[in-house]
Amino acid sequence: MKLKSILATDCGSTTTKAILIELKDGEYRLAVRGEAPTTVEAPFEDVTKGVLNAVMEVEELSNRKLLDGDNIISPQVGNQGVDVYVSTSSAGGGLQMMVAGVVKSMSGESAERAALGAGSIVMDVLASNDGRKSHEKISRIRQLRPDMILLSGGIDGGTTKHVVELAEILAAANPKPRLGLDFKLPVIYAGNKKAVKDIEKTLGSITDLDITENIRPVLERENLKPSRDKIHDLFMEHVMQQAPGYKKLMSWTHAPIMPTPGAVGSLIEMIAREENITVVGVDIGGATTDIFSVFEKQFNRTVSANLGMSYSICNVLAEAKLKNVLRWVPFNIDEKELTNRIGNKMIRPTTVPQSLEELVLEQAIAREALRLSFVQHKAFAVNLKGVQKERTISDAFEQSSSGESLVNMMDLDLLVGSGGVLSHAPRREQSARMLIDSFLPEGITKLAVDSIFMMPQLGVLANIDNKDIAENSRQAALEVFHKDCLIHLGTCLAPVGQARGDVEVLRAELIFPSGEKSSYIIKNGELILVKCPHEPIQAVLTPGKGMDIGAGKNEKIETTLYGGVVGLIFDGRGRPLNFSKDENERIKNLQKWSKQMNEYPSLEGII
Amino acid sequence: MAHSYTPGLKVLHETIVRKERRLPIKGEVTVKKGTLVEPEAVVAKTDLPGNCQFVNVANRLNIDAIDVTEAMCCEAGNDLKKGEKLAETKGLFGLFKTNCDCPVDGTIESISSVTGQVIVREAPIPVKIDAYIKGLVAEVIPEEGVIIETKAVFIQGIFGIGGESRGNLVIVTSTREDEITEDMITPELKGKIIVGGSHIGLAAYKKALRLNVAGVVVGGFNYFDLEEILGFSLGVAITGQEDLVTALILTEGYGKIRMGHRTFDLLKKYAGKFASINGATQIRAGVIRPEIVIPLDKKDLMGDSKNIQTIEGIRAGSLVRVIRAPFFGRMGNVVKLPPELMKMESETMVRVAEIEIDGKNVMIPRSNLEMVETD
Repeated sequence: MKLKSILATDCGSTTTKAILIELKDGEYRLAVRGEAPTTVEAPFEDVTKGVLNAVMEVEELSNRKLLDGDNIISPQVGNQGVDVYVSTSSAGGGLQMMVAGVVKSMSGESAERAALGAGSIVMDVLASNDGRKSHEKISRIRQLRPDMILLSGGIDGGTTKHVVELAEILAAANPKPRLGLDFKLPVIYAGNKKAVKDIEKTLGSITDLDITENIRPVLERENLKPSRDKIHDLFMEHVMQQAPGYKKLMSWTHAPIMPTPGAVGSLIEMIAREENITVVGVDIGGATTDIFSVFEKQFNRTVSANLGMSYSICNVLAEAKLKNVLRWVPFNIDEKELTNRIGNKMIRPTTVPQSLEELVLEQAIAREALRLSFVQHKAFAVNLKGVQKERTISDAFEQSSSGESLVNMMDLDLLVGSGGVLSHAPRREQSARMLIDSFLPEGITKLAVDSIFMMPQLGVLANIDNKDIAENSRQAALEVFHKDCLIHLGTCLAPVGQARGDVEVLRAELIFPSGEKSSYIIKNGELILVKCPHEPIQAVLTPGKGMDIGAGKNEKIETTLYGGVVGLIFDGRGRPLNFSKDENERIKNLQKWSKQMNEYPSLEGII
Repeated sequence: MAHSYTPGLKVLHETIVRKERRLPIKGEVTVKKGTLVEPEAVVAKTDLPGNCQFVNVANRLNIDAIDVTEAMCCEAGNDLKKGEKLAETKGLFGLFKTNCDCPVDGTIESISSVTGQVIVREAPIPVKIDAYIKGLVAEVIPEEGVIIETKAVFIQGIFGIGGESRGNLVIVTSTREDEITEDMITPELKGKIIVGGSHIGLAAYKKALRLNVAGVVVGGFNYFDLEEILGFSLGVAITGQEDLVTALILTEGYGKIRMGHRTFDLLKKYAGKFASINGATQIRAGVIRPEIVIPLDKKDLMGDSKNIQTIEGIRAGSLVRVIRAPFFGRMGNVVKLPPELMKMESETMVRVAEIEIDGKNVMIPRSNLEMVETD
């Protein structure tokens, strides 16, 4: 069956967003979008009310009937109803998990990766070697009250003692789930299969135990998928069943409800696979920042739980320190005044910057939140630890070891940003600058933002198992992602190497689709914007002496570049960015870069 | 008529306050529906499972884990005193025995022949929940808790630290603009809730802590001074668990901001009255704001109490407070709510409200307004 229309919602903690996708002239396009406050909490306590309100807005905007009372009309008949309805959810705090592994940096990390990949928030990682005493672990479990626990440890056939010890700790804590006092806590066991009987004996009667394949059957290999699938199943069976109104919502959807970040992650994974590219995606929210990456075909997701732009904005300040926030501010400001302002944003999280000065400050903090989240991501997205490597004499001089970060900025093809501060920045140039300044892409990297944050809905759409609708849904997700979801900002070109003084770091000769030719010389410390749309531009890039633009030191590249709503951004500021210690010089440089990028054109009148 | 839903803080002179008092796990409710209770009355109690002690008997006796069951001197479920024999090896011809004693008073919870561990659970930890406010037990949630109801003055703050506290209200500043200074905090204020104007400095708050003042209600406090009080930088506004004798409630925010006149006047009206306050704040989904509850006597009731759950939007004439620069802290009345989006100085396109502040009309993003819900 060729699907004609698809309705998808994302029930966030504060807003429920609905999109309507329609098949028009043989291609799937976003028709309209509606939103309404989420209604999980009192006084409503029924998520479907918010969904219906958001769908009602879609109805009004699209001028087509989608609801019959409290039901979504399906399938589409004439101009009424939709063929498919799907949803994601992060309402009520999302899926909150604890994971446990024998060795923190091995099975503990694998379990964390599985839980994060499934879209959960990992509240804590328990491990036999985490330095905490058993009673401390017990009080931690009791205090956190997760929705679910993933227990792993040991390779198949190895020693069972340590993982059973962890199970004994869980049993002694006798954990209760966050939702529903009368229910048993779901526990997934994904460890040494030899220990299954002992685990069943220890946890079988007091928890809702589920056994799945070992997450780390041998040291050299991770097997995350069975655990991730099990987490999704239990999310539907247990957590969602307890959340207000979800039973009804589940009866409406044509595919299981996915946790929002799980859906975003799977979409990014799919894009990277289909296009054979490396991707970094970021979603900066009010409370958390999620980062997704695919390097060397390996997917990783991290959640920086307390790095966000409103609820946890003060934590950004606490972790980044005031001086790192201030280095992005192109004017002088009283520090006491600034900290009070940031504090007030935390306690009144829904406010927006009215003055330009407030916007500049907010974007300065965003740079630090993104930078710190990416530091955490790089530390987590690593090769498997604990793996023995065979070394030859030629490796003896290399410092490589297990546990090295997979993230290589020179290899990065696409950097996608989403979340209020990036998607809704008044100027796209500001979004591009924030992405470049915080992620510091090297070589040639395409930049994009999610126009209205519809990656969750597209992610769940791309993951439908029902064979009758799976292929069409996936096609729709991909088409809408490319045509309506992504806003191509342009390409960042950043040569890397040691450059001092006013030297040339890159020379670019460009041939535009119109046939027009231009050449540019980028000097050390410069940031140059070439405005051009998202069209192929033939380019010859010659790095300066000792510099690398992607092919190695001093190596020229002939390639095709793409502009975008911002254009081509030549970043000659070097990696890492160095700020002048002289306050006036620092401010002068920031103002120069802003001016080049047309970032805050009216700021000159204010400072 | 145009209106807009905007989060607001409640400043109500008479309302029905219903407080849920719930145990963390199931237990026993100790009061009956319809009972009149004082704030300190215990309304529900339970026992939390005691702490666990893990004794690795296999290691202590130098035996295999599988032999631990045989070496045990007691069984799962037995009660043992500290120092009593937990397990013992057979020794050689009854000699050279090695034993292992129980480290605490407790019950044997489990004996593992896989890990060689014995878990001893200590005595349960009793938990009691009090009524917090003076009122009537309006509802009993079987095995979990109660709902206490009272007619009271109800004022929400924007941010607080410290948990529940109570005491008589004392107004220490003459106007809502004045700061609470160190010299205003005297030993007579021990156990009282003091109310001030625009700000309390670090030194004055520390003096209040030293003198065991029950609580401080004030317009503002400096964000960076919180670190010295809490011992860490407050990254997210989730508070209430701090071990502070003096709860602090800010009615306006960080910085020096005069207290809203309705809040100040209402607190002043009830100076000397007994109040229950809670500094606990949670600014996340499921928002919790700090609160001041002043239960009213019959003679104070005007009979026009308003339901606390009322959700109203702002409309022309509504009293609002601006909650972000450039007019932060100013109050005014809504003149108009234009439907179209408007570009701000920051170039952000937003829905705005036209507000009259001190005789001048200004455009403010609606999301930068807070409704002052009064009755």
